[in-house]
Amino acid sequence: MIGLEHYLVVAAALFVTGVFGIFLNRKNVIIILMSIELILLAVNINLVSFSVYLQDLVGQVFAMFVLTVAAAEAAIGLAILVCFFRNRKSISVDDVSLLKG
Amino acid sequence: MFPSDLTTILPELVLASYGLAALMWAVFSNTQKTGTALVWLTSIFLVGLSLWIGLATTGTKQAFGGAFVDDGFSRFAKVVIALSSAVVLLLSRDYLDRERILKFEFPILVVFAVLGMMVMVSAHGLMVLYMGIELQSLSLYVLAAFHRNHSKSTEAGLKYFVLGALSSGLLLYGASLTYGFSGTTLMSGISEAISDGETSVGLLFGLAFLIVGLAFKVSAAPFHMWAPDVYEGAPTPVTLFLATAPKVAAMILFARLLMEAFGPVADDWQLIVGGIAFVSMFLGSIAAIGQIDIKRLMAYSSIAHMGYALMGIASGTEKGFQAMLIYMVIYTIMNLGTFAFILSMRKGGRPVSDIYSLGMYSKQAPVQAFSLLLLMFSLAGIVPLVGFFAKLYVFLAVIEVGMYWLALGGAIASVIGAYYYLRLVYFMYFGEDGESLDDNMTRTSQITLVLSGVFVIVGVANLFGIIDISQAATGMLFN
Repeated sequence: MIGLEHYLVVAAALFVTGVFGIFLNRKNVIIILMSIELILLAVNINLVSFSVYLQDLVGQVFAMFVLTVAAAEAAIGLAILVCFFRNRKSISVDDVSLLKG
Repeated sequence: MFPSDLTTILPELVLASYGLAALMWAVFSNTQKTGTALVWLTSIFLVGLSLWIGLATTGTKQAFGGAFVDDGFSRFAKVVIALSSAVVLLLSRDYLDRERILKFEFPILVVFAVLGMMVMVSAHGLMVLYMGIELQSLSLYVLAAFHRNHSKSTEAGLKYFVLGALSSGLLLYGASLTYGFSGTTLMSGISEAISDGETSVGLLFGLAFLIVGLAFKVSAAPFHMWAPDVYEGAPTPVTLFLATAPKVAAMILFARLLMEAFGPVADDWQLIVGGIAFVSMFLGSIAAIGQIDIKRLMAYSSIAHMGYALMGIASGTEKGFQAMLIYMVIYTIMNLGTFAFILSMRKGGRPVSDIYSLGMYSKQAPVQAFSLLLLMFSLAGIVPLVGFFAKLYVFLAVIEVGMYWLALGGAIASVIGAYYYLRLVYFMYFGEDGESLDDNMTRTSQITLVLSGVFVIVGVANLFGIIDISQAATGMLFN
């Protein structure tokens, strides 16, 4: 029988993968964008499974909001990345290094 | 029920309609003058809106089943946010014009960011909280990359986006855990679920993630890494905007979430918030010492100031929250004044931001230099100026609840921090007499700089009534 815990573990695993994807990846900014999506999807799994478990619709409504915002966020992230690429002719993470203290 | 919900969010509705209408008008009549006209129109609109919010409404009203609240605490924040954004717009016009980036999108993005902040400070449920934060953050990411032909600005936008999205993700994960383990997204419901003072492990995790996410948003150490880079890279008007209104909004949200949702388990978060405050104060003060870029220096300064403001929240008392409100108002005014000067720092028509270019500024413009001296003394917290009293209130609040280590740490950190503020003053009055700054300060910048200089002295008398207003505002949160 698959219970709430299983869903929470999957979500936690996805979440951790996403966070590590942001910090360990040294290659490509696109991978960072994918990791951010992964984090948001992990949250959605959490919300929906809690919603079913609690027999409460709010969680699913919340998940719809998160999906919408995730789309807007990806659009803005890509737009900024395109501007960055035009200036620097690269989207490598190592090239995001002009500003250092 | 629905019509009364709409009346409660009327200020937000009006602002949203204004933003959309302005966008349509600007797109269809796009000429050279549109940007300038919208900057003026928007700042007048924001001043009007803040007068309306501040004077016309009283009492506490809830909307949308308790997910949105309009009380004294949120109105206080909304007035500060709208007024400071109006000043930011007026100060920005000249800089943007010279850099040829005075596009009509700038005031419109500011309007949407302000709308997001107004939703944030009124949020009374996790869903509204998240939507407010995202509306504000998405506008700010674009603003940071506003100088889009400039590598530094786009890089700042990219960095801000990545770390901001990460912090939203952490916050959201915390929100989902909180929802799951308390069964509701409403703050009142969460505090009911933990009213016996006991929390499950899941709820504690949720609380921790929420605190981390919000600490990112207020750029408190150890979650501050984005701040210096973004402050340095973003166009200076955007840096000014980032340093003022969003900080106020995030701090108010922090306070409301901890008090109204997690009030019954205050013991659990007081130490965490206190620890974050402690680290921020020291990191902000020590890391700023080696900086030569004044925008970067102001970033570290704001990290340190967020530490002091968080001290008020860490106390968990009505007095502490009031001290935090006063601190944020004073911090905003001091920053507006300082940035009014930074915005006009130019050499040979090009903007400069290294602190050596201040050399002997006092000879060139004595009044401005003296106002800046007062602001620096006030930021450092030197005795007869308002910056000192702002710190004094938060220190008193934490001493009252017995967190002596925090007050002691704050005092030591402010002594360390005084070094770099005084170093700027040293350059202005005794520095090397090199190539001087252009004498091109606009009237708006001069007035803002001198007025905030006057504020830090005259404000000592009664802070222009801010104490009474903030007391009434926090009183509504605690009753």
